[in-house]
Amino acid sequence: MRLVSALLIGVIFGIGIALSGMMNPAKVLNFFDLAGTWDPSLALVMGGALSVTIPGYWLVFRRPGPVQAPRFQLPDTRLIDRRLILGSATFGIGWGIAGFCPGGALPALGTGAPEAFLFVAALIGGLMLARALQARSQAPNPAI
Amino acid sequence: MATDFTPWQSLGGGALIGLAAVLLMALHGRILGATGILGGVLRFADWQDWWLKAALLAGMALGPLVVVMLTGQTPQVQVPISNLAIVLGGVVVGVGVSYGGGCTSGHGVCGNARFSRRSMVATVTFMATAFATVYVTRHVMGV
Repeated sequence: MRLVSALLIGVIFGIGIALSGMMNPAKVLNFFDLAGTWDPSLALVMGGALSVTIPGYWLVFRRPGPVQAPRFQLPDTRLIDRRLILGSATFGIGWGIAGFCPGGALPALGTGAPEAFLFVAALIGGLMLARALQARSQAPNPAI
Repeated sequence: MATDFTPWQSLGGGALIGLAAVLLMALHGRILGATGILGGVLRFADWQDWWLKAALLAGMALGPLVVVMLTGQTPQVQVPISNLAIVLGGVVVGVGVSYGGGCTSGHGVCGNARFSRRSMVATVTFMATAFATVYVTRHVMGV
């Protein structure tokens, strides 16, 4: 049952990404192109998502725990450090170059678009590269 | 390449993304972050965790197929840039989300919804550099 509900949650997410335009690099890049062919649609994606998650999380966290797992697993670090800021800044640069973010590209695999496969392969390469770099510097392993 | 403003699809799609995030927290107690899901599938330490993330990932890829079944139309993936830019962007995104601890879904949707200061800082940062990058590539470099 755990895996069935996870699969269905993935499907809901994938439909949402497909409808919203987040898996369409032309639309994503136009959202960021204020000085050119600006398309404001994607502001409504985050607005629509937060208008559900803010009250939804508030209700969920009033319960003692999740239904199909022993406890809520939330990130425990509150550190705002160089790693968070430089990592996020780097992510934004890559998003601006390719027009795909991970949440847009993973559901896009289901359309069979070759560019989605190319992006996800490169994304995996980047994740592995970061893991190797962090292992070498003997810093704690990345969270992800 | 100009694209049409799609307020209702984007708002409705966003609400479904939010619904998926709330259900994952209510049932499994997890943040719905695409980076964490992909990273978990690439890490073979904890099999219970691996199967959960593999099921989420499989569901995500099935999403567009359900859209085709319901509407008869394949969701658009229009790529106005070169394959080289896709690969370069992919590697840069991978390094960034690993160090930054999340992406648009994990920080932007889930973290902000629980008013995490880390996620708010991350979201403002990656949005700012994405706007700056597109300005530079399109209006300075002319790609």
